[in-house]
Amino acid sequence: MVVDLTIERHTIAVLVDNEAGVLARVIGLFSGRGYNIESLTVAEIDSDDAISRITVVTSGTPQIIEQIKAQLERLVPVHRVIDLTADGANVERELALVKVVGKGNKRVEALRIADIFRARVIDSTNESFVFEISGATEKLNAFTDLMVPLGLVDVSRTGVVAIARGKSAL
Amino acid sequence: MPECECQIRRRCNRERKMADRKLTGSEIIVKALVNEGVETVFGYPGGAVLPIYDAIFQQNQLKHVLVRQEGGAVHMAEGYARSTGKVGCVLVTSGPGATNAVTGLTDALMDSIPLVCLTGQVPTHLIGNDAFQEADTTGITRPCTKHNYLVKNIADLPRIMHEAFYVARSGRPGPVVIDLPKDIQMGTATYKNLSQVEHKTYQPRLKGDISEIEKAVAMIAAAKKPLFYCGGGVINSGLKASKQLDRLIKLTGAPVTLTLMGLGAYPGSDDQFIGMLGMHGTYEANLAMHDADLIVAVGSRFDDRVTGRLNAFSPNSKKIHIDIDPSSINKNVMVDLPIVGDVGVILDQMLRVWKAKKLTTNQRAIKAWWKRINEWRQRECLKYNQSGSVIKPQYAIERLYEATKGHDCYITTEVGQHQMWAAQYYKFDEPKRWMTSGGLGTMGYGLPSAIGVQVAHPGALVVDISGEASFLMNMQEMSTAVQYGAPVKVFITNNQYMGMVRQWQELMHGSRYSESYTDALPDLVKLAESCHWVGLRATKADEVDDVIQEMISIDRPVIADIWVDQKENCFPMIPSGAAHNEMLLGPDDDADQSGAEDGMVLV
Repeated sequence: MVVDLTIERHTIAVLVDNEAGVLARVIGLFSGRGYNIESLTVAEIDSDDAISRITVVTSGTPQIIEQIKAQLERLVPVHRVIDLTADGANVERELALVKVVGKGNKRVEALRIADIFRARVIDSTNESFVFEISGATEKLNAFTDLMVPLGLVDVSRTGVVAIARGKSAL
Repeated sequence: MPECECQIRRRCNRERKMADRKLTGSEIIVKALVNEGVETVFGYPGGAVLPIYDAIFQQNQLKHVLVRQEGGAVHMAEGYARSTGKVGCVLVTSGPGATNAVTGLTDALMDSIPLVCLTGQVPTHLIGNDAFQEADTTGITRPCTKHNYLVKNIADLPRIMHEAFYVARSGRPGPVVIDLPKDIQMGTATYKNLSQVEHKTYQPRLKGDISEIEKAVAMIAAAKKPLFYCGGGVINSGLKASKQLDRLIKLTGAPVTLTLMGLGAYPGSDDQFIGMLGMHGTYEANLAMHDADLIVAVGSRFDDRVTGRLNAFSPNSKKIHIDIDPSSINKNVMVDLPIVGDVGVILDQMLRVWKAKKLTTNQRAIKAWWKRINEWRQRECLKYNQSGSVIKPQYAIERLYEATKGHDCYITTEVGQHQMWAAQYYKFDEPKRWMTSGGLGTMGYGLPSAIGVQVAHPGALVVDISGEASFLMNMQEMSTAVQYGAPVKVFITNNQYMGMVRQWQELMHGSRYSESYTDALPDLVKLAESCHWVGLRATKADEVDDVIQEMISIDRPVIADIWVDQKENCFPMIPSGAAHNEMLLGPDDDADQSGAEDGMVLV
């Protein structure tokens, strides 16, 4: 069979038991087998059943992506693995807090660009703003790139969270 | 005499009290092991497991085998598990006890052997404080176990104990570690037998998809050059899987090759068996793999020792892959038809479909295929030349096979040349008779594993086919064999070299034998005697049979020190980075130098 060697970027959602060591298990799997992690987020989504949702953005050939999913499914505390990229349309969002320090025109320009990107100011001093911006990864990248010459000093990003479009649920 | 009402009431009260009676953590552990059907635990005591050892002391249901080093305990449990199909059980202390167990756990993970390993841990309030004999056991063992647990709350202990056994034996089997802080062992809780309870989410799929099975069966019926390539998964699935495999292969008339781990899954002396495949597989098996038009992989995982160079692996075949572990499918080799499920169940489904549809294979094509294979067989790739008095290792193992094949015999091996010769020359007609470290290649596996097998099968003949270098790695367990009256036989093909290392140095590193010669070996016969074993030695070819006969007849542990040809290499061989049709058949074959560069970086 012909092996497809194109590198694809996939967003994978993993439902896991929120127990000690479960994140280490997932991360150890990626590092131990040499898979990429571009971003990873994790939080409990059901406190009654102690279930967490991990969203991991990874890249690899189609064969590697299939391996990643199969290996994840093999972990005992993993309930479900869903390849959001492969399973049709999905929405992806990331949130960033961006600190920009500056005076005068640069300050005004930063505020103007923030408005274009629909970023909100959530903290302000005479010399600084903290913007909150959410959107696709590319939009956040574009925003931080524009802010660099305007005095960007600090960025904190959440990594991607994603969910499938339409009425279907995990 | 029937009970009167007050007697019944009293009995009920007593029973209720018994059920409500709180047990210590250690008592719960022992009770859970007994309820899981564990008869023997292999272990070594230490500070952090003393309460469990105290509980073991106060009961008679659970037998404990005291090893000499924890690594030996895990291999013994592996031998026990492989030869019985049951879950092997290990008990070691915290820190060094747990770290010594790591090699065996990794070995069991690679070869899919069900184990539960209980490790002691410092009390919960000391965890993370660098306490005496503390190690992050769950952290260290996470990548080398199927799953592991740290018990932080004694209320979870009964569930975790039973869940561990469920996880170890279900799906693709593997080792499970339960890390037990000392305060948990000494705390109290109520115990409920949960041995029948399944895991809430971990439920591997057993049945194959019927439409895929129909497709597979049709592909087999249509194939002109089919080949079954079967592995350890058949053995792990149970005796029934081997029987069904046998039926299917007889029905189709197709040839079958087995992996190192699969030996015994199909009778080794049967005509349709064309030998082991892979790096030291037979000429006919590897060429059949290369030329086949359909490969049916059953419980095998396309390991790099099997496939050789991937881009030249079986280029013209369709491939069906049956495995319980979805992550084994399309990992190394892309297949045309994957079927996920238990091998035994799927073979059963295939047989039903085959019979219901009254299918037959293409007889003429199969006959032509066998003609090809028989031509390859005529090369007699396993032929060796035993002339003169120097013992060829192949001869020693072949004679061992001839002398023991009528016995109720189990074979274990260490790792190296002798292991490959054992795989080539010893024919296994039944599953679970062959214990070897396949995936991890752990030198020192054979002796402890043999003791584990002997403990499970006290009346059987258990032989560790060994090399002297591997044997030295875990020879401390000789003492364990004596303590528990395990009359294992260690059959050492002694060439004073790490033979496989020397062979690679000869073929790929210009015969520069860097550190592969063992100087100052102990006198193995005297060593045996000092350990209360019997030591025998053969230095000439005509002594081999007598030594083997004597070894079998002695009802005590024996070392048979067989001095073999130091220069002998293991052939056939596919050099690293070469393809199946680029085999070396013997010392006169030159390795293709263009491929040797690439192959050198591979292991």
